[in-house]
Amino acid sequence: MMSKSKLISRRMFILGIAKTVVFAGIFGRLVSLQINESKKYRTLSDKNRFREWRLAPQRGIIKDYFDVEIASNEKVYQLHITPENSSNIETLFFRLKNILNLSNKKISFLKKKIKKQKPWEPIIVSDNLSWSEFSRINLFLHELPGVEPIVSIARVYKDTSSSHVVGYVSQVSAKDLKNKKYIRDMAVRGIAVGKTGLEKKHDQDMIGKVGFQRYEVNAYGKRIKQIHHDKGKAGIDYKTTIDLEVQKFAAKLIEDKAASINVMDIYNGDIVAMVSSPNYDPNAFVHGVGNKYWKYLIEHEQKPLMNKAVSGLYPPGSTIKTIVGLSALENDVVSTNLKVRCTGSIDFYGQRYHCWKKKGHGYMDMRTAIKKSCDVYFYEIARRLGVDRLSETAKKFGLGKRVLDGFTEERPGVVPNTKWKKKYIGQNWYLGETLHSGIGQGYYLSTPLQLCLMTAQLANGGYKIKPQIIVGADKNRNNLKNYIKYKKENPVEGITADLIIPSFSINPLFRNQENINFIKEAMYASTNEVGGTSYRSRITNKKFMFAGKTGSSQIKRFTAEQREAEVKQNQIIYKDRDHALFIAYAPVQNPKYAISVVVEHGGSGSSAAAPIAKKVIKKVLERDALRVSKINQIGKDI
Amino acid sequence: MLESGSIHSQLSFRDKILSLDYVLVCSILLLGIISMFAMYSTDNGNFDYHTKSHISRFVVFFIFFLLISFLNLKIWHQTSTLIYVFFFILLLGVKYFGLSSSGSQRWINFYFINLQPSELMKVGLILFLAKYYHRVPLQDVNRIKFLFLPIISLIAPILLVITQPDLGTSLLIAAGGVSVAWLAGVRIKFFAYLSIIFISLLPIAISFLKPYQKARILTFLNPDRDPLGAGYQIIQSKIAIGSGGFFGKGFLNGSQSYLDFLPEKHTDFIFTLFSEEFGFFGSVSILLLYILIISRIVKIGDITRSNFGKLYCYGFATAFFVYVVVNMGMVLGLLPIVGAPLPILSYGGSSMLSIMLGLGIAMSCRVYKDTPIG
Repeated sequence: MMSKSKLISRRMFILGIAKTVVFAGIFGRLVSLQINESKKYRTLSDKNRFREWRLAPQRGIIKDYFDVEIASNEKVYQLHITPENSSNIETLFFRLKNILNLSNKKISFLKKKIKKQKPWEPIIVSDNLSWSEFSRINLFLHELPGVEPIVSIARVYKDTSSSHVVGYVSQVSAKDLKNKKYIRDMAVRGIAVGKTGLEKKHDQDMIGKVGFQRYEVNAYGKRIKQIHHDKGKAGIDYKTTIDLEVQKFAAKLIEDKAASINVMDIYNGDIVAMVSSPNYDPNAFVHGVGNKYWKYLIEHEQKPLMNKAVSGLYPPGSTIKTIVGLSALENDVVSTNLKVRCTGSIDFYGQRYHCWKKKGHGYMDMRTAIKKSCDVYFYEIARRLGVDRLSETAKKFGLGKRVLDGFTEERPGVVPNTKWKKKYIGQNWYLGETLHSGIGQGYYLSTPLQLCLMTAQLANGGYKIKPQIIVGADKNRNNLKNYIKYKKENPVEGITADLIIPSFSINPLFRNQENINFIKEAMYASTNEVGGTSYRSRITNKKFMFAGKTGSSQIKRFTAEQREAEVKQNQIIYKDRDHALFIAYAPVQNPKYAISVVVEHGGSGSSAAAPIAKKVIKKVLERDALRVSKINQIGKDI
Repeated sequence: MLESGSIHSQLSFRDKILSLDYVLVCSILLLGIISMFAMYSTDNGNFDYHTKSHISRFVVFFIFFLLISFLNLKIWHQTSTLIYVFFFILLLGVKYFGLSSSGSQRWINFYFINLQPSELMKVGLILFLAKYYHRVPLQDVNRIKFLFLPIISLIAPILLVITQPDLGTSLLIAAGGVSVAWLAGVRIKFFAYLSIIFISLLPIAISFLKPYQKARILTFLNPDRDPLGAGYQIIQSKIAIGSGGFFGKGFLNGSQSYLDFLPEKHTDFIFTLFSEEFGFFGSVSILLLYILIISRIVKIGDITRSNFGKLYCYGFATAFFVYVVVNMGMVLGLLPIVGAPLPILSYGGSSMLSIMLGLGIAMSCRVYKDTPIG
């Protein structure tokens, strides 16, 4: 038997081997943690010690042509809660409820939100406190751990005349998060997103770059020191072509109507004014629209939220006679001397088509027919021209398609032809429908902006322009102005003039410019000669003299009895009254601006729309010198 | 026999000084100095309470260690039963006069120190069993009659400590006792029986565990079960060690400990703090230092003539090894969190006292290596 000490030593040897194995295991673990996976743990350690607070950037400002702010930013008082700094959220809400009159619904909503986010992330209890609420909070602040009164910046719209074109911002919705990656990426609380108008169109650039503050925090969430502060970047400011003065003036004129007004520079397509009425208060949306106001807006029969200038679709009515006449002349279907006798109605294929004037206009040539807006004359022209040739000209001049880029509210309207009907209605074209198209009824639908563009492209001599709202968005906007200027300084005629056109990259819409000039002249007659439909609204002062065309688009066909009884528009119910339209360019001598006015259910163009246009034209031309000086100041234009 | 005895009774003070194991002394000193810096770091780079008291304790207990190194091994042999009984009485005293802290009753207040007798028992049991097996003839070791006393001397203190409750220390006490018994020749199958009984009793034992102890075991099995609760410690410890990388974040730059993510950083997780600040390089150095200390104690066991000395040194070396492994395994996420300090590095007077006592006796074995024990 071996000795005791030998046994002990032998067993110690075995233990020694075991110890070596175990120590090797610990060594291996150290290698794996500190060498192989050290990067991962380094990241986790940084995650522990750094916390970021994101800062919403300042939104870009929208200005008018004269640098007046339309959509600006202002200080707002907000109340944030950081849940982890509050010892008891329940009592905190109880206290706040008494101080701020928070509803139970809002409180339970906030509590739900708190559960979803990390305890150090602040939650916005109110993003727009009144001064008295804000000072009350500050008074009780020492009793409210976790509460932070914050002075922040939010959108403010100083007047409501531009609410439709500028649009509004509001809080991020689930849909915004789903559809817009840039908003998901920002991941910042309390940011406002453009919902309509320019605010929506340029949201991504206007919203800015999010900033953040990175702090080192300890295990209890206490901020130890600031590691990094990225201020972010304010959004891009936008300068628009809008003249806020004209805008306000026009809005005032139609404030009690359902109407819209567009004013456009006929050479560069600058939209000087785009007003839709009734309007709404965009400020109501910035901090979340109240239920009551929302309900009012949604249920209002005149649809205040709709931008009628681009989303309102109306039969162009007699305003399209300019295009019908032009199309007939350009296609050599008729000459300007063609005479048609109007007896108040005309029969085609067993169907009777009425002129608006029951007694009839007598013998008409094209100039007089435009001047007096004779329907019978244009039935005949349209019959000879055919709907397909008419639709070509109408499309060329801007009808039937969207004219702005990326303005989601804008609707394209309809310019019908035989193919269109086959495709969308599934029927063959009837001749009677051609006759209705000839006076802008039937399937024809257009937006007021399209009508304004159409007028502008007639007034500028028949050249294509691109409507714009943002200054500097289109590099080609001055091409036409440059061409006109060049032609003025180097008077050449005929073929030579046509030869220089390509070097200005402009796009004539005519075959023979004489036809354009004829239509313009007929519009002059319509406003400035006795018997013209808008004669009563004329301005005799050469400086402001304009040329226009009225239109009344029928909502409901008159019955034979009503026609017989010569029922007046104001005798029938509002919803059945005709839309009143008016298009014009001014000044007659040296055209600069085009305008379209549409008054929903206004009755007739001459009585409801033309007088409004007259006032707006005067205002625009009064400010023309100022606008031109601004152009020179910018140095971008002529 | 008489000759060698006469030689050692003549050991002069100079002889004693010369016969100290200076590698061991220096390793302990080095570890002590490292522990001071580590403690300074746990105080966030301030010369504060923990650092001050740790330094003073280390200095006092290091001198204590040197002093008892010179005590004749015979005296340890003669008094070991007495020491064991004394420590046991202290443990009983904890039951009746003990101080409670965070749910467990482990300490006795001695005015100048809050003593934790369970720590002392770690050494007391080794000493007692070394003496016991020194006497028992080899052929009798595995006889039931001779197994009674070791089992009782092992189980009694462990039960007292478990009910404090202090799972970690009771395991460490057991580790020392079991290793001495095994080294003395107790058959492995006996331990197997004991383990089988223990495992079959485990479910019953678990039902007696406090909820926090149950949670710790479950958490060890799956640390992500409750990352902000019981699993928090393991996760944060692993993050701290892993993020240290090769060279560490630098002295006083351990963000995990500085920013309080690390729990118990003075005591059980001191190795984590050190690893975070000094990286793989630092943690392996500490590991090597411990291996050096353990191997030096084993070496003393090798050269000590008496079986008492051998059993004591081997037993203490093995126990020391278990302390280190349990603590490191715990902070590295290899073992459940049981609450076991790292020798010398961890803050805590009783632990330091117990380790220095143990090392002192081992050194005494070296000084009196040729002294025969009756």
